[in-house]
Amino acid sequence: MFRDIGQLVLLFWRTLASLPLTWRHRQKVGEQLHEIGNASLLMTCILALFIGGVLALEVGPTMVERGLANFLGGIIGFSLCRELAPVFVAVLISGRIGSAMAAEIGSMAVYQEIDALRTMNINPTHYLVLPRLVAICVAMPLLVIFADLVGWLGGALVCATNPEIALNQQAYFENLRQMVELQDIVHGLIKTFAFAVSIAIVSCHQGLRTIGGPRGIGRSVTKAVVNSIILVLILDYFLTRLLLQLDI
Amino acid sequence: MAASDNHSQSVRVEVRGLRKSFGHQEVLHGVSFTVERGEIFVLMGPSGSGKSVLLKHIIGLEEPDAGDILIEGRSIRDEGVMDLFRMAMVFQSGALLNSLTVGENVGLYVAEHRLKPPAEIRRVVAEKLEVVGLKGTENKIPAELSGGMKKRVAIARALVIEPQLILYDEPTSELDPLIAITIGQEILNLRDRIRATSIVVTHDRDLAFGIADRIALIAEGEILLVGAPDEVRRSAHPLVQRFLNADFKPKQ
Repeated sequence: MFRDIGQLVLLFWRTLASLPLTWRHRQKVGEQLHEIGNASLLMTCILALFIGGVLALEVGPTMVERGLANFLGGIIGFSLCRELAPVFVAVLISGRIGSAMAAEIGSMAVYQEIDALRTMNINPTHYLVLPRLVAICVAMPLLVIFADLVGWLGGALVCATNPEIALNQQAYFENLRQMVELQDIVHGLIKTFAFAVSIAIVSCHQGLRTIGGPRGIGRSVTKAVVNSIILVLILDYFLTRLLLQLDI
Repeated sequence: MAASDNHSQSVRVEVRGLRKSFGHQEVLHGVSFTVERGEIFVLMGPSGSGKSVLLKHIIGLEEPDAGDILIEGRSIRDEGVMDLFRMAMVFQSGALLNSLTVGENVGLYVAEHRLKPPAEIRRVVAEKLEVVGLKGTENKIPAELSGGMKKRVAIARALVIEPQLILYDEPTSELDPLIAITIGQEILNLRDRIRATSIVVTHDRDLAFGIADRIALIAEGEILLVGAPDEVRRSAHPLVQRFLNADFKPKQ
């Protein structure tokens, strides 16, 4: 385990050090961005719509009973942008993109494609990890902004159409605008950025150390997804504490 | 020796007392030999004798536990020495990048190192593919190619590097005899054309005796003998004789 952590830190450091080469690899970054956006945007919007709706359904009637219906927009907006959207987008990306990264790089490792790169003096960190890290760090915050907007909309739809809540959209969005500040969105985006880095590094690391044929690739994919999600949830707690202390 | 006398581009390789273990199993037991400039040196031996591991050490994909490899007298363990020489390896499987087209695979080295403008890369790729008899296949993907074609694309990819040292890992395995002869002929042509030193790992006896300037026989991680093809044929070493004379005996 400690060896794995050491290797992760080393891979992260090497990828950071190669950031100045990003422009050279812009075509691969573009391809990865297309891959991430294409694979995840629709799914993110569907999830966000229903999570916003469920949130309204769960807290709406209770708040209405206590005469707090006017705060629903704020509560839903606040929870989505600070916590729910970054975490569920990170879990979704771990499953869809992290697994794809581990599988693709893992199969390259098993079928000696990475050895071939090394013999051509092409650094696999620059060629494979850097474009994926940059693309996921750009794409995930954008997906979270989409998730925030669609999730707020989902909450508004349920608040307006559920007879137990019956809160009109104008009142909902008015309260959301009063309670949710830019700082809350930034709070969510800072966490998202950290999650993106951890998913890319964990998944690429698992891919690069794959051995043992198709079974090894399957094992790497499973480990990449499970480890990414665990790391996201642990990071979520500590980052939230840190950001609260910094008053963000 | 069939190589031309013009060896300014080729390199001398010296392997000294190389040892390597994986876990508790030692696969190389102090292997030593020298490959002269422009020579085709064939490492022959049964499966699992450590041939491919040895090749990976020479190209720097594996770190030895003990011993050293010198290229032109300089240890490859020293910082920056590997960057001084142009080396290429043709893998047993071809190891083409499946996500790239044939043309992108062949031009990968020059494109990634920005050695030539795109139009010039396209010209070089077409030229190298023509050399290996695969003219016009630039836009195919590796999945559309046969085993022999993949190996020839891998050779074209190695050629683009204009290597001073070229390593071949089982270049004729899984190929029919006709393609195997074409590949063997190609290795000879390449040596004559680019003057590179070639190290070929194989257990194909016909290929070894057909192309080698010298042959080393390796078994269980040890070099049994090194010599010209005729010397190897005449060797009285029982393991060498068993390996060279092993033949299929059909049921009567």
